[in-house]
Amino acid sequence: MTISPASDRSLLVAFGDSISLETHRQVFHLTRAMHGLRGLLNLHPAYASLLVEFDPRFLDHAQAEALIREKLAVEAAAEHHQEARLVEIPVYYGGEFGPDLADVAAHTGLTPEQVIELHAATEYLVYFLGFAPGFAYLGGLPAQLATPRLSAPRKRVPAGSVAIGGNQTGVYPIPSPGGWRIIGHTDAKLFDPSAAEPVLLRMGDRLRFVRTNP
Amino acid sequence: MSSIRVVSPGFLTTIQDLGRYGHAHRGISASGAADALGLRAGNLLVGNAENAPAIEMTLTGGEFEFESDAIVALAGSDFDAELPLWMPIEIKAGAVLRCRGTKSGARCYLAVRGGIDAPLTLASASAHLLTGVGGRTLRKGDVLAIGESAVRKPRPPAKNPPQSERSATVRVTDGPQSGWFSGQLYEAPYTVAEECNRMGIRLTGTPIPSPAGGMLTEGVALGAIQVPPDGQPIVLFVEHQTTGGYPKPANVISADFWRLGQMRPRDEVRFEKVSIPHALDLLQAQERWLYTL
Repeated sequence: MTISPASDRSLLVAFGDSISLETHRQVFHLTRAMHGLRGLLNLHPAYASLLVEFDPRFLDHAQAEALIREKLAVEAAAEHHQEARLVEIPVYYGGEFGPDLADVAAHTGLTPEQVIELHAATEYLVYFLGFAPGFAYLGGLPAQLATPRLSAPRKRVPAGSVAIGGNQTGVYPIPSPGGWRIIGHTDAKLFDPSAAEPVLLRMGDRLRFVRTNP
Repeated sequence: MSSIRVVSPGFLTTIQDLGRYGHAHRGISASGAADALGLRAGNLLVGNAENAPAIEMTLTGGEFEFESDAIVALAGSDFDAELPLWMPIEIKAGAVLRCRGTKSGARCYLAVRGGIDAPLTLASASAHLLTGVGGRTLRKGDVLAIGESAVRKPRPPAKNPPQSERSATVRVTDGPQSGWFSGQLYEAPYTVAEECNRMGIRLTGTPIPSPAGGMLTEGVALGAIQVPPDGQPIVLFVEHQTTGGYPKPANVISADFWRLGQMRPRDEVRFEKVSIPHALDLLQAQERWLYTL
């Protein structure tokens, strides 16, 4: 584990350079332990690191690092084994909702039906949220389903699109440009700024896509 | 309640405060004023708390009709309003404040005594244009309520306000991957590209060899300078993505964030590396200036 400045008001805590459940747990616990501390501006968890942004008028790097080390020690001793939530995301697969399902089937050598079954039979892990509001980086896409991104990204992908890009799968929380292959659509609101809890998913959640008919 | 009517919005005008913090772990970046120093100064001059919502104009300003007497301050760049900047000004009911094209940098703030009474999303009135969080750009006919949140009397004019330059030196500290780069960022000036907005500032110049091999997506800080495979640096700005996978040789210092907010396409920028203690000294000097207001 290393702690180093990323800017004059942030520290990057790195737990290695690979994706694993063990590093995910370390990032998860530190993120939770740091949440809401005085002087912090933002926490940016990722696969194997946590960026801690603080207000330089309240904390300097040495104080912020001491805070991080204190929390790391406490968390290492506590050994949390909290049961993760299982979130089910209902999905309309294929047809008008999944314009690229046929392409994914063609690329993977599976039938569209097999693509859907495999995608919906898997339990995914929310490694972290990032990139855009409510966007979850999911682990667990079966290797057989990996499909390259579109060569020319779409200018506008609707919110709720369920898609595969390379060896990743995910849901677009807001309308945005995007190059992932869209295989379905969910009515679940992954991001709703007017809701009391604006983001549906949380780091550490388990997730299942559930095949649904419109 | 007193209010302001948008007669003409200008090129790109939004309501901004200092942004919404504490939501990056949900993928939501802070947004907030592009030149936070300008916004804070404008608010302090009219007697507001420094984070009161105010009007941010970009390149070409708008025209605003005041439906009652008001006290305002213009801060940031001179948008040719034929009014002095950096001081409280009384506006009479029925008067129209007309801003035009910029005569200096990219942004001008119109702070109003009492603050703009705008709805809050996640505790901030700041519009995050990319995601649609917290509102949209202002349109002709919009009516903005003036709040009653002033906290003290209007202040005397500011002395020695910051002045943006079309050829600027921006100070940086080492970024997380500075060891992957060999100093090319500091060798020659860059030009600000047309793709320059609240999300990021694209630069063009001598390409920087982008180190081979990918890196894991990690958190990115405000002002991070990232180098994608084409070698042309991008400075991540107030609406930045919360995580990213491009290496970052450097990060703009907090005391120079305001300069980013005043950059316009075709401006020239040079980067100068400083130590973190020096960066914090510069920030402290800036804060001291602010609290003379």
